Amino acid sequence: MRKLALITVLLMGGLLFYGTPDFPSWGDPQSPASLHVSPYYIEHSVEDTAVPNIVTAILADYRGYDTMFETAVIFSAGIACLFLLRVYRHKSARTRLYRHNLTGVTLRIAKGGKLPEGSAEFERIDSHWVPYDMIIRVTSRLTVPFVQLFALYVIAHGHHSPGGGFQGGVIFGAAIILYAISNDLRGAFRRLSEKAALLASAAGVLIYVGTGLLCLLLGGSFLDYSKLAGILHVDAIMARSHGILIVEIGVGLAVMAVMVSLYYNLSSAGRHDEGL
Amino acid sequence: MESLLTNFLAKYNYWVYIGLVMIGMYAMIAKRNLVKKIIGMNIVQTAVILFYVSIGAKKGKAIPIIAHGHENTGHHAVQALDYISPLPHVLMLTAIVVSVATLGVALALAMKIYHHYGTLEENEIASRINES
Repeated sequence: MRKLALITVLLMGGLLFYGTPDFPSWGDPQSPASLHVSPYYIEHSVEDTAVPNIVTAILADYRGYDTMFETAVIFSAGIACLFLLRVYRHKSARTRLYRHNLTGVTLRIAKGGKLPEGSAEFERIDSHWVPYDMIIRVTSRLTVPFVQLFALYVIAHGHHSPGGGFQGGVIFGAAIILYAISNDLRGAFRRLSEKAALLASAAGVLIYVGTGLLCLLLGGSFLDYSKLAGILHVDAIMARSHGILIVEIGVGLAVMAVMVSLYYNLSSAGRHDEGL
Repeated sequence: MESLLTNFLAKYNYWVYIGLVMIGMYAMIAKRNLVKKIIGMNIVQTAVILFYVSIGAKKGKAIPIIAHGHENTGHHAVQALDYISPLPHVLMLTAIVVSVATLGVALALAMKIYHHYGTLEENEIASRINES
């Protein structure tokens, strides 16, 4: 089996190796990839859309239809993961364990006992002893707001610097995942519940598709942002720039929520208990 | 000999991506553990991303963000030769995030398989399917 795999892989590598001399050299400006549509994008993106970052202009405007379905793919991945893993009626433990945060004592509360839910002093845990990492919790609590702020900057400044909805959304999702890792999953649910994450991912796709439909209703083609000029009170070129921003916010929301939802389901195997 | 070597070095990005594709494909075919197969799939995706981004490169040229100050926005003519090709970057930007999403679904499937069969080794799963 291993030898067969090695032979197949070597054969494939040999074929790729054999075909490579026909490819352009590295850094060749005459490479076919930069000859056909890409010069148009580079030369006209500023006058068409007033967006200096050509990547953002292509992503959300020239190839907006493609990006819309990429967002839909991410959304369906989040939904698929939910349907595969989520367990709603798992066997609930007869006794519940709570930790008294100040002393580190674990309380075992029998079935029917009074539960200290909502108390700041007690925290629900799943095994008899869960380490309490004060350094990790405090460090992440200090880091998370700045990571989130940076994510918002990356989304909002995507027109002028590397960034945009996908990158900012992933950074924002990473901030929430960092919180969920350093505390526990239940703490993360108090900040961003499962329902909120799913609604946000659907809302992100809805913002994207809704912007496209709005352009259709205003008499343009689907995702032709220049028709938004009347609503936004700007000229047609700036309307395309603003349309890109609206769409990028939708992408960022969807990507953030799907990343968080994937982590919620994968880290707890769909049970949504303490998690990792 | 000299020209062969310069020709070889001029296309070094392709050698790297071919190597990565081979590593990833070998992991996908030869490894029995499903998580290792998923890692192999991710290595192949990375190789494809490297291939796409490297064919858009232009030696010594700027990243695809038009240089602009606060006053002179787009008043000078933009030459396509001054900026690297943005199109492969756009395609790969979405591919990276989609690859993370597919990785999540793949891991969810692997988790389901583990809960059902109690193992992630391919041959043990196959023998358990034959038993039942």
